[in-house]
Amino acid sequence: MRLATAPGLAIRGRLVFPDGSSSAPLDLPVPGGRWTALLGPSGVGKSTLLRLTAGLPAGGSLDGAITADDGQPVDGRVAWMGQTDQLAPWLDVIGNVTLGARLRGARPDRDRARAMIARVGLAGRERATPRELSGGQRQRVALARTLMEARPIVLLDEPFSALDARTRAEMQELAHEVLAGATVLMVTHEPGEAARLGDAVYLMAETGLAAMAVPAGAPVRDLADTAVLEAQAALWHALRRPTEAPGPRRAAGQGAPA
Amino acid sequence: MTLGDVTSEPPVATRSSTAPPPPAAPSAAAASSTLADRLRPILILVGVVAIWQGYVWASGITPFILPGPDRVALTLWSSADVIASNALVTIAEVLAGLALGTALGALTAIQLVAAPALGRMVMPVLVFSQAIPFFALAPLLVIWLGFGMASKIAMATLIIYFPVTAALHDGLNRTDPGLIDLARVMGASPARILWHLRLPAALPAFGTGLRLATVYAPVGAVIGEWVGGAQGGLGYLMLLANGRSKIDLMFACLVVLAVFTVLLYALIDRVAKRLDAIAAGER
Repeated sequence: MRLATAPGLAIRGRLVFPDGSSSAPLDLPVPGGRWTALLGPSGVGKSTLLRLTAGLPAGGSLDGAITADDGQPVDGRVAWMGQTDQLAPWLDVIGNVTLGARLRGARPDRDRARAMIARVGLAGRERATPRELSGGQRQRVALARTLMEARPIVLLDEPFSALDARTRAEMQELAHEVLAGATVLMVTHEPGEAARLGDAVYLMAETGLAAMAVPAGAPVRDLADTAVLEAQAALWHALRRPTEAPGPRRAAGQGAPA
Repeated sequence: MTLGDVTSEPPVATRSSTAPPPPAAPSAAAASSTLADRLRPILILVGVVAIWQGYVWASGITPFILPGPDRVALTLWSSADVIASNALVTIAEVLAGLALGTALGALTAIQLVAAPALGRMVMPVLVFSQAIPFFALAPLLVIWLGFGMASKIAMATLIIYFPVTAALHDGLNRTDPGLIDLARVMGASPARILWHLRLPAALPAFGTGLRLATVYAPVGAVIGEWVGGAQGGLGYLMLLANGRSKIDLMFACLVVLAVFTVLLYALIDRVAKRLDAIAAGER
């Protein structure tokens, strides 16, 4: 479906905000088929960057370019998962999962939808409405809907932030499993999530973008692993005092390693 | 961990038939409170009628000024034919006005959202138009549409047009912005977003507009009959009764009008509640 063909992205430029101010120059490489975590405090513009990548109206514009490394346009190859499940309450599970097809005026492929619903562990709940599901189950439906779109690039805007710790951990594992092969750019404000899931982790602060050290081993990493805990602590410190970040490679501005 | 592990979380709210029944005590309490809720308006009504009858008896006021409920009931019985035939006229006007005003209001709201530039231009005009006292337009409507039912239907339509437009317009614009974002990324056109997301999400707001319209439509029709030189209808009958000092007949007409409005409201309220349930995914 997507696998090895997922393109990487290059996001370069300055964010320009409506009040005329702009960010430091940003250079964010998003390697194809990998998870890239974009960590940062609220209000620094990481969601704006993600929305611009998705082609959505955002609180700012990019003086620069967002390009895919296969030369094809990014537009139309992106799937989106937000902070809330964004399910239509009046549609049942299968109706929500097939929403994209109907919104494009296409015939929904219900058999494939059933397969995606089963893949996220909700087989048998196809006719349930969102209000009959738990928060975690609703986020699973959102994941099945994302899978149904079969887009090579998946943008996640703090997708698990509204979930309790246990459900969040389960969803991280499930999302990582079912989105294998896709190019994933995940915005998060949680160091643990970045340390657990990121093949690459970038810290976005007022001063610019910094590539952070990533613990050894492939995601999803065990949060109890000492290296992961240390990475989480380092990210946590960097998040609090981005200018005095200990350890990690500093790569503000143009110098970010690709 | 496997997929099997992660499916076991319990749903927040289960409405399936396999759910255990709620404890008996709270549900019994709930039933008795709804019974009290249902009885309260009836008790209030009985109380008002009792005070009215008591005042008429105690004061000995002449029936030409204020007839008691007993006389009104008698008139309802003795004049049932004429009241019924005129009530049918008014009911037809109300229903036609309700259908027309709701349809026009809904179409306007949809059009204003489908063409936001037009909406920004037209909506202030619509709001400003509410400063016009529509009752003053009744004679004009008669000149344009004649003395018949058409001018009364037009009055009811005019009165409910704005509440329906405003309520639905508001609802269409309040769709969860996250859902709209998602639809945009999915490649949806604005028209399909309107049809698949904005309209279903706006059903409760539309229900609110319908409820308002149901209350206003009879007022519009009756005022249309008063001001618009009607030859039938409860408003016409009330004017006639008033001119002949048949105050008991006036009250009888009022009672019929009120009962009809309440019944119609109860019906529309059920429809609106159903719309709420559909939009919330309740079954």
